[in-house]
Amino acid sequence: MPLVKQGRITTDLFAHVADGAELPGDGAILIPAARFLEDPETLLKRAGKVGVIWPNNRDLDELVPYLGRLAAVALVFPSFRDGRAYSQARLLRERHGFDGELRATGQVLRDQFVFMLRAGFDTFEVRKDSDAEAFASTAKSYSVFYQPTGDGRLTALHRRMQLRHSESAGQ
Amino acid sequence: MYAYDELDRTLINERVSEFRDQVKRRLSGELTEDEFKMLRLQNGVYLQLHAYMFRVAIPYGTLSSKQLRALARVGRRYDRGYGHFTTRQNIQFNWIKLAELPDALADLAEVGIHAMQTSGNNMRNVTSDQWAGVAPGEVEDPRIWSEILRQHTTLHPEFSFLPRKFKIAITASEHDRAAIKVHDIGLRLYKNAEGETGFEVLVGGGLGRTPFIGKTIKPFVHGRDILSYVEAILRVYNQYGRRDNIYKARIKILVHELGIEKFAREVDDEWKQMGDVGLTLDHSVIEEVRSRFSYPAYEKLPHMPDELKQAAHDPLFERWRRNSVFPHKVQGYSIVTLSLKPVGAPPGDATSDQMDAVADLADRYSFGEIRVGHEQNLCLPHVAKRDLPQLWKALDRIGLATPNVNLVTDIIACPGLDYCSLANARSIPIAQELTRRFANHDTAELIGRLHINISGCINACGHHHVGHIGILGVEKNGEEYYQITIGGRADEGAQMGTLIGPAIPYAEVADVIEDIVEAYLALRDRPEELFVDAVKRLGVEPFKERVYATR
Repeated sequence: MPLVKQGRITTDLFAHVADGAELPGDGAILIPAARFLEDPETLLKRAGKVGVIWPNNRDLDELVPYLGRLAAVALVFPSFRDGRAYSQARLLRERHGFDGELRATGQVLRDQFVFMLRAGFDTFEVRKDSDAEAFASTAKSYSVFYQPTGDGRLTALHRRMQLRHSESAGQ
Repeated sequence: MYAYDELDRTLINERVSEFRDQVKRRLSGELTEDEFKMLRLQNGVYLQLHAYMFRVAIPYGTLSSKQLRALARVGRRYDRGYGHFTTRQNIQFNWIKLAELPDALADLAEVGIHAMQTSGNNMRNVTSDQWAGVAPGEVEDPRIWSEILRQHTTLHPEFSFLPRKFKIAITASEHDRAAIKVHDIGLRLYKNAEGETGFEVLVGGGLGRTPFIGKTIKPFVHGRDILSYVEAILRVYNQYGRRDNIYKARIKILVHELGIEKFAREVDDEWKQMGDVGLTLDHSVIEEVRSRFSYPAYEKLPHMPDELKQAAHDPLFERWRRNSVFPHKVQGYSIVTLSLKPVGAPPGDATSDQMDAVADLADRYSFGEIRVGHEQNLCLPHVAKRDLPQLWKALDRIGLATPNVNLVTDIIACPGLDYCSLANARSIPIAQELTRRFANHDTAELIGRLHINISGCINACGHHHVGHIGILGVEKNGEEYYQITIGGRADEGAQMGTLIGPAIPYAEVADVIEDIVEAYLALRDRPEELFVDAVKRLGVEPFKERVYATR
């Protein structure tokens, strides 16, 4: 499954560690939420970056105390129809100020990229090669946005207000 | 009218390009039907019994003549020369070809019309009072706020994959013509004691298989905070709305299961935590949107022009005027409803030729503006009273002067089993038969205001729960049966109708409705007592007796 990070197809430096599997001695790991919460302090002291795979029905409050020491949070789309992780992503970025890697996993298709980028995701485990290859062009398919989110893109309303000010300044 | 600017147009065009690519990928097999289904639904495309159905949004029910002509053209070029106006200020085309859909969307985009989020589990077309901006006594034009919400809900990055569909309606009049109490969020605009504009916010209303009247979650939310408050509701719903069972996924179930107090606390907690996230609507922002609505330059006209006095001698004109013409906030003008309910025809259908003709009449008599109401009729919102006789003649020539607005034959009906793959029973032929039974306009006027709503299945697209008389199609041992409810209403006094007894077979529906109406005529205490008021006073028993005594 191709990984797209910061707009490019890249090698995944994080090893997915399944429940019950042995932890690698070093190197970056992505670990399921339940296993992480069993002993977060030991895991965070280990050599190598730690990322947590957070289910879309688990309260983020449990994760918030550790955010500053996590290299990545992977949120889950069990189906592309299930949009809970969009809210989680915005909360992590906009409310809790998480600035590590925010990864979309599960059923990630081309047609969700723009929404995901706007919600704060920067890394994508993409189902299909063709979708991963189309990432750059798809990400540019929209240039107008109505809602303010943490991604910093100007909204249509802001652009209109700026236009108004510059027009009235020019008079 | 709201004028789209370059940004609005760009976004719509970008959406068309995206959909064109999605259709291409579906036709090439790159997208599975399951993957494509969600994408087409987000663009208003359903797969029906015979073909794809294409639902186009008419935000808050306002259309320009140019836009109506574009809809007519789509009906002619890509469909079979007609369209069907729905109960949520949309228009549907029933015979569209998948490969041609992107072209149809591109044609509509040229006049600022789109089909974004007219289906799928997202925020649907924001609807409002079809008399917005012209109704006497209105607090202010709710379309300003509808447009703000339309923009905010369009391609929302967080709420485009909700547990289920989500519908918002807004009214700014005491008399609710937007059915806000049966919406996921209903907004009633009013001014508080300090004279500030804000909203009573209702949540959790809806029809379908588990009908609920919306409950007030907050009695007053200041206008500047309405977007953040709506966002808080949606965030709670997106996180906690049920996704395990499609029939329990609407927000009404969440509100019901948590209770309104607990749900309100959750929303309040979220709202407080949001802080300033750029959603506050300061005065200049609201004025920016307001400035792009244009209003007619009304003339100073007499209340009772000579043309109207003369025409009053014609009883046919008078009958039409009594039933189709309504007071306007400006002296000398009227609001005119165009009935899309002629005798024997499917409710809400208009041919492309009729749409073109209405567009011409709107240019001539209504400052180029047309409205669409949830009762599936059209409306010309600014007609000078002196023009009423001419307009009536012109409407009569195109079959749009049936004088039955708000009367027993002004029926709301879903497409039913004739088109819809979800339906259990037919709706349209029932409506057609009823319009024939009550074709005598004198009888219809004697009966007075009476709304019959028909749904072909429990999903309730025909709003049967809130019809004064509701007719619901069900299937019984492979036969079409119908449950009859009475006493429902969708206005400010919204309530669900009460079932009168066991379902009846297709062939008996029109007889039963006639029995109910006859019982009402015999039972009402004076001619002014409306059917729905008589049911409230008497309960369902006398009607039930009448219907079932001989069956």
